[in-house]
Amino acid sequence: MTEGAKQQARMRAKSAAAAAKASAKDDAEGMDFLMTRRTKWVTIYIPLSVIVFILLFPFYWMTLTALKPNAELLDMETTSPLWVAAPTLSHIFHVIFETDYPVWMWNTMMVSVVATFISLVASVLAAYAIVRIRYKGSQWVGGLIFLAYLVPPSILFIPLSVIVHAYGLFDTPMALILTYPTILIPFSTWLLMGYFKTIPYELEECALIDGASRTQILLKIVLPLAVPGLISAGIFSFTLCWNEFIYALTFISTTSNKTVPVAMLSEFVDGDIYRWGSLMAGALLGSLPVAILYSFFVEHYVSSMTGAVKE
Amino acid sequence: MAESTLRSGSAVVLTPGLWTRLNNNRNWLGFWFMLPAAAILVLFLTYPLGLGVWLSLTDASIGNPGKFIGILNFYEKECYGPDDCEIYGLFGDHVFWQSVWQTIFYTTFASVVKFAVGLYLALLLNNHLPFKALLRAVILLPFIVPTVLSALAFWWIYDAQFSIISWSLTKLGLIDQYIDFLGDPWNARWSLIFANIWRGVPFVAITLLAGLQTVPPSLYEAATLDGANRWQMFRHVTFPMLTPIIAVVMTFSVLFTFTDFQLIWAITRGGPANATHLMATLSYQRAILGGNMGEGAAISTAMIPFLLAAIMVSWFGLQRRKWQQGETDD
Repeated sequence: MTEGAKQQARMRAKSAAAAAKASAKDDAEGMDFLMTRRTKWVTIYIPLSVIVFILLFPFYWMTLTALKPNAELLDMETTSPLWVAAPTLSHIFHVIFETDYPVWMWNTMMVSVVATFISLVASVLAAYAIVRIRYKGSQWVGGLIFLAYLVPPSILFIPLSVIVHAYGLFDTPMALILTYPTILIPFSTWLLMGYFKTIPYELEECALIDGASRTQILLKIVLPLAVPGLISAGIFSFTLCWNEFIYALTFISTTSNKTVPVAMLSEFVDGDIYRWGSLMAGALLGSLPVAILYSFFVEHYVSSMTGAVKE
Repeated sequence: MAESTLRSGSAVVLTPGLWTRLNNNRNWLGFWFMLPAAAILVLFLTYPLGLGVWLSLTDASIGNPGKFIGILNFYEKECYGPDDCEIYGLFGDHVFWQSVWQTIFYTTFASVVKFAVGLYLALLLNNHLPFKALLRAVILLPFIVPTVLSALAFWWIYDAQFSIISWSLTKLGLIDQYIDFLGDPWNARWSLIFANIWRGVPFVAITLLAGLQTVPPSLYEAATLDGANRWQMFRHVTFPMLTPIIAVVMTFSVLFTFTDFQLIWAITRGGPANATHLMATLSYQRAILGGNMGEGAAISTAMIPFLLAAIMVSWFGLQRRKWQQGETDD
């Protein structure tokens, strides 16, 4: 009897667990049960693989070319160009040790980090003022900042080049450090405004009653709570800086002051038929820093991208 | 006794110094907090925007501030005889008009395809898939890698002699001759549009995916119970719920495509025979390489009406949607 009851209880528990599992699965699948496996393959997996293949192929090709010896690059008959028979690091070594590549990398890194830092500081102050200090006209300023986000660098670079010449900044990193924030501040401010709005007012009121100044509130209460937003804005700004091209092309002329994208285009592109290996090696190395940074902070990056659009 | 201390205490509070008042006043405090951002934006964004319009009305060149010449950069009519008039300035410049049409064509076609493919990809990703997070991260790669560097990869893919596309198509027996991707005007245009779509699709897809995830599943369940098929569900549930975010995403997409510079400059530099010049690349060529700042600024200024139109369209699209959904505009 006891044995039978035990078994019964065990079975009941088992079936309950199974039911719970099934219902959880049901919730997760939503209306998916209406699809058979075959229609899922045809309508989802195959189109998805085609798109992902096209999106990733240029990177595969870039990497492959960077690793191919010259002989293989120019010979598409004896060996299949889709694979590399005898991979070599000679292109990558050439780029690192025989060109100014490390200098360009340093320039890009320095300009991106400093410009991102400046923009973050300015944006935090501005966003806090607009959302929480709410001075007269702050609503308007918020709107203007969104408009500033929509002004593209392509229509600003000509007058800016006049200004950069007039201030004596031409061909210095300062020209880029001061102009990049015009792209970054509107975006970061807009993003941080969204983050600051989610922080409860009561926290700040408590601090005010305890005698904290606005600066103390910002530094000790708001900023620690907005760290995810700061990371998002920082990562996005950094990649934007790394990607920036037209200002760097217009304001910098000396080879040793150039950033990676500009230098790749002006210093590597000559008539040499053997240039492809080193060109792709340079492109690969230049993409790596942002790609690595991105891989660590995918979620922040995505939230900053979608957050800026959703507001 | 106690009353007098209280009174004297309040008297101290009533006369704070000028400095304290400045620091406590809402508007002054706001001013100090806004100062860094406002200084940078006014000096390097607002002022150049105005200066650009001014430059377009001058004959400035590199190192020469130029003098006011009215609208001569845009339109200048010179008559040599009664019926022998020539129009100069941008208005009579066929390269400029070609760049305008090319910009409109490039923007329209690329944006429409980016929207269609991006929405399709977002819908695909909205299903339950294995390795979804990884997939999403990988799909965004084209968007985060510096445009110039991926453009270099496309340049190599489009190479006249060693193109992998030509090679594959020849091996498959679809073509006998290698395609001259960048030497022929129309081939070059399509190649650039493809590269632009390749770079833009991830942005559209991932942002729309974020929008899709906010649509409550109960709506789909209700639609299924009412016997809606997949298309009806998309048309009457997904699409209306997604419209506001589509308007914003497409505004950004159109703006960035219209003002594109990097891809064109890295792959074709406007060639062959100016066929692929966009207004941005043409203004760079005229102003910075050619030295005619006034003329280049005039081309940039000519872009502003188009940009305003794009912003207006999406803005009013957004308003209409809000009004339909009965939301107040606050």
